[in-house]
Amino acid sequence: MTRWFRQPPPRGVLLTLLAAGLAACFVIEQFGLVDDYVRFVLITLGINIILCVSLNLVNGWMGEFSVGHAGFMALGAYLSACVSVKWLAWGDPLWMFPLAVIGGGLLAGAVGFLLGLLSFKTRGDYLAIITLAFLMIVKSGLENIPYVGGARGFLGIGNQTTLLSTAIWTVLTLWAIRNLVYSRFGRGIVAVREDEIAANAMGVDTRKAKLAAFVVSSFFGGVAGALFAHQLQFINPSVFDLVKSTEILVMVYLGGVGSLAGSILGATAFTFLSQALQPLGTWRMVILPLLLVLLMIFRPRGIMGMREFSWFVPRREFPAKEEKK
Amino acid sequence: MDYFAQQAINAIQLGSIYALIALGYSMVYGVLVMINFAHGDVFMVSSFFCFLLLLLLPVPFVAALIIVMLATAVLGVALERLAYRPLRNAPRVSAIITALGCGLIIQNTTLSLSPYSQRMPELFVPVTWNFGGVTVSSLQLLIIGVSVGLMIGLDFFIRRTRYGMAMRAIAQDRITVPLMGIPVNTMIALTFAIGAALGGAAGVLYASAYPVISATMGVLIGWKAFVAAVIGGIGSVRGAVLGAYVLGSVEVFTVTVLPSTYRDLVVYALLLVILIFKPYGLLGRPAVQKV
Repeated sequence: MTRWFRQPPPRGVLLTLLAAGLAACFVIEQFGLVDDYVRFVLITLGINIILCVSLNLVNGWMGEFSVGHAGFMALGAYLSACVSVKWLAWGDPLWMFPLAVIGGGLLAGAVGFLLGLLSFKTRGDYLAIITLAFLMIVKSGLENIPYVGGARGFLGIGNQTTLLSTAIWTVLTLWAIRNLVYSRFGRGIVAVREDEIAANAMGVDTRKAKLAAFVVSSFFGGVAGALFAHQLQFINPSVFDLVKSTEILVMVYLGGVGSLAGSILGATAFTFLSQALQPLGTWRMVILPLLLVLLMIFRPRGIMGMREFSWFVPRREFPAKEEKK
Repeated sequence: MDYFAQQAINAIQLGSIYALIALGYSMVYGVLVMINFAHGDVFMVSSFFCFLLLLLLPVPFVAALIIVMLATAVLGVALERLAYRPLRNAPRVSAIITALGCGLIIQNTTLSLSPYSQRMPELFVPVTWNFGGVTVSSLQLLIIGVSVGLMIGLDFFIRRTRYGMAMRAIAQDRITVPLMGIPVNTMIALTFAIGAALGGAAGVLYASAYPVISATMGVLIGWKAFVAAVIGGIGSVRGAVLGAYVLGSVEVFTVTVLPSTYRDLVVYALLLVILIFKPYGLLGRPAVQKV
């Protein structure tokens, strides 16, 4: 008798839970059941989960080391802000805001494609340096574009990120990345991590796998950036710096690489911990990295590294039930 | 022409400071194949060491330089012993993350203890000379002289002494070296000590040239030095020096042509372009992946 969490859930349970969760988000929002602070933390949690899962695709499943995720966030944030404040400001937020978010994701995804091309030539440390250079170029590039406010930042973004839209995007991200990594094609991404040369020899198109991982990861990074911009209503190039990237890295490695459940756990733990440590001011950013260092020394795979909560695994992954004799 | 010569001296001065920091990145990478992301913050802390030292007792320049270099070396060794050594056989990513984390810990501890930038007491009263329109201060000569002296000393140490030979041997083959009777742990600690001490020297020189120090200096200056090390070919000691002077010149001359806000953009774009065309830097050797 295996325990219930090692088995797939009964059919329909997952969908029912999802529908109930989204309905709850809608009801909470509509009737103002929670105060602004709780709502803010919940939206931050959703955004952090999106960031964590999407970075985990490159850093966990594919086994590269990217420190540029905040750069993709910045691209998504700025493009979506341009759409919602400058280009389609007359539109109804109901259709305009999703368009802005998708636009931000697409820009980030396109740039992620370019970065993926660079990953053909270099791996490991040098690819990490390239992602660092990318992050710095995005940040100082934005500081030099007066159209989006330069170093002073982009003001007057509408408060359009709702609990429901964040929840929908979080579910979409989890769903997309789960389906990608458990697909035939997605196994190629994992094969790149294990041994790129062997994967190539076995007929995996490693270039396509790398490009796909970078594009999908950066697309959702951009989506998270767009939601983030419309949550804070003010963005500034220096928000998207190496510290932001490191925060996402803390979530990924805290939760565990190559795991959806780990990403959710990591993002949740990080979000609540960093809210709880808020009174400590700058000491907060001493304690969180210290936690990361201790984790790396004593538990290098994170809470759920390379393991998965069975409810996130597609049903076909489980062996068929044996007939009772 | 005068303007050009003046800027060239500034470029050499900046390049010298970058070179001292870049050497620390490059030495550790050469020996351990690990990017010591905390090194920029070690440099930053060293200028705070210098600040505290001068606050407690006003010592002359040379004494301050030596004391700060020693203190920073101790910090470098402590970092290696406490954070990096337990991870030496762990996956490479763990070591990189730990280094990033240590950098943040050092930076934010300094920031929490000293939230505002500090004004450095004057270490050294510079004399300026004028050579036909080009001003050179004794401080600039001192910075360039001390850096070049340390670099030549390091090059001699690595190429001509037994300890240097042991370091190069560890860089080549860390498995066989202990069988030859070389104490690997001691040599790696020594590498960290020397790298950090050079960063400490850079901290003192930087603080006497630009006497306002803050906790974000590790990010602003340290990362540039890292870029210099990568441009030169990280792991190569001479490459780090070459990269640092290239970077110093590019930065100084960018500001003469473009607004100063474009400086970072140009620097990191240069890094990206160099990595695309010469993926292992100007003097670096490509890593061979064994199947």
